[in-house]
Amino acid sequence: MKYNYVKKSDRIKASVYGCLLYAFLIFWALLTIVPLLWVFINSFKTSNDILLNSLDLPKRWDLRNYINMSTYPDMNLITAFKNSMLICGGVVSGVLIGAGFASFALGRFDNWFNKYVNALLSGCMLIPAFSTLIPNFVLISGSPFRGTQWAVILPLIASNMSFSTILLTGYVRSLPRELDEAAIIDGASVMQVFVRIIIPLSKPMLVTVGTMAFIWTYNELLLSLVYLPTRNLQPVSVILSLVSNMYGTDYGAMMASICLTILPVLLLYIAGQKQVVKGLTAGAVKG
Amino acid sequence: MALKSKKYPLLFLIPALAFIGIFLLLPLGRTVYYSFTAWFNFAPTKKFIGLQNYVNLLQDDVLRIALRNTGILIVFALIFQIGIATLLAVCVDSVRHGFQFFRTVYFFPVIISATAIGLMFSLIYKYDYGLLNNILAGFGKEKQVWLTAKSAIYCVAIPTVWQHVGFYFIVVLTGITNIPGDIYESATLDGATFRQRAVHITIPMLKPILVSNIVLVVSQSFRVFDMVYVVTGGGPRHESELLSSYMYSKAFADYNTGYASAIAIVMIIMGIFLTGILRFLTGRMQGDD
Repeated sequence: MKYNYVKKSDRIKASVYGCLLYAFLIFWALLTIVPLLWVFINSFKTSNDILLNSLDLPKRWDLRNYINMSTYPDMNLITAFKNSMLICGGVVSGVLIGAGFASFALGRFDNWFNKYVNALLSGCMLIPAFSTLIPNFVLISGSPFRGTQWAVILPLIASNMSFSTILLTGYVRSLPRELDEAAIIDGASVMQVFVRIIIPLSKPMLVTVGTMAFIWTYNELLLSLVYLPTRNLQPVSVILSLVSNMYGTDYGAMMASICLTILPVLLLYIAGQKQVVKGLTAGAVKG
Repeated sequence: MALKSKKYPLLFLIPALAFIGIFLLLPLGRTVYYSFTAWFNFAPTKKFIGLQNYVNLLQDDVLRIALRNTGILIVFALIFQIGIATLLAVCVDSVRHGFQFFRTVYFFPVIISATAIGLMFSLIYKYDYGLLNNILAGFGKEKQVWLTAKSAIYCVAIPTVWQHVGFYFIVVLTGITNIPGDIYESATLDGATFRQRAVHITIPMLKPILVSNIVLVVSQSFRVFDMVYVVTGGGPRHESELLSSYMYSKAFADYNTGYASAIAIVMIIMGIFLTGILRFLTGRMQGDD
């Protein structure tokens, strides 16, 4: 947008507007940053210093709170991180494989059942996790997956499946169909078309869907809370939800545990901000 | 020409459909059935009691509180989440500097888990050392107790809004950038001011996006759980209970599983009903244009 102001009074008005705009934008930016910064600063202080004045900068940048985190016997964040990564890895690969195959079937073949499957997938997005919580609990308690991370990986794959398939199908459908034809004429099998043409060309969308599944799974609390009974199986989100009860008055440790759990997504955000934004707003944003 | 085959597509659909069938559709049916039973403690036996759970729900005071709180959450989110996000997007679009900075900062809370944000805000509300009271003390004011029975639901609503503004900001901002620039140019040539352009071009052109945001906000508000679980746990005395947290505590604290199933079904029906009405209303609104 270009501004072509003719009159002087207009120009003054515009600059007043400009200042107000920046003031508002900076105000919200501060509102976003200050709470996070406050937690970060206090994560380096002892609980006594926090009680004294939580607005001060720490006297020295002490890593004690972070080191203590791995010494709490019952809530070891290192183990929790391993569990989180295991669960995320399982969910992301399951979703990519399931949705990848399904999107190939729906996006490249014309069959009468496509529209029914599509309707089913859109309908499934309306089912909240709460309405399957109890039956899945019964199902898993009676299965060999009980007491392992599979207890959350499998239901989470299912709940990510519909949306991922819809997104991927749209993308796969948009790829030029002449590619398949040419490959088939050259003697490629259906499987080869999928592996050699569709998968490489869908890579951008596969990355988007994978990012989305990763962040959703990493941040997920409900299923892990219910399906994983013992501390040594639980991911970061569950441990964090217990922190305020378990640390008691160790405020510094609470601050540090918040910072540590944010760290992986922060790194991901720094490494690929565009992908992360795209992954989380996919479907809500067109283009 | 599309590929022709029935065997392969069916084969390829099996994994996805199997997951959806086993972990979504069958359980959904089972929840409907459970909601008609008297069933406690995940016991092997349950008794069919028809609509009794739903009749009890009608007389349940906590359910009323939970519905009221969900309403508060929706209104809060509609006004502030969408309102602030739209304002920010319009502003960011029209400034020359810092576009990338504002985008980066505003979106960051979206990627953090509600658990971490909830814990952070419960520390911020703390009486002794919380951020809010420290700021008050800095201005020489009395410290306050922030988290009370009355304020509890707002203490949950505030971090929820704080976290999600960035999401709607990006959605609206993308919508604005997709509006063709020549409309603005010709309006500027005709002497339209910044405010006139915002009110007469940007907002009307954004209507479809705002409408889909409203539907999204409502359906998301029904699913808020982590935040209330971490910040208040539904307390004190159920004052900040939501349908989600009430269902959770009925099922996994009271072990009244039949009743909890009925709450879950109410949750689905209300969610689909409300978003359906909204879609219908907003669809007509757009049709009138």
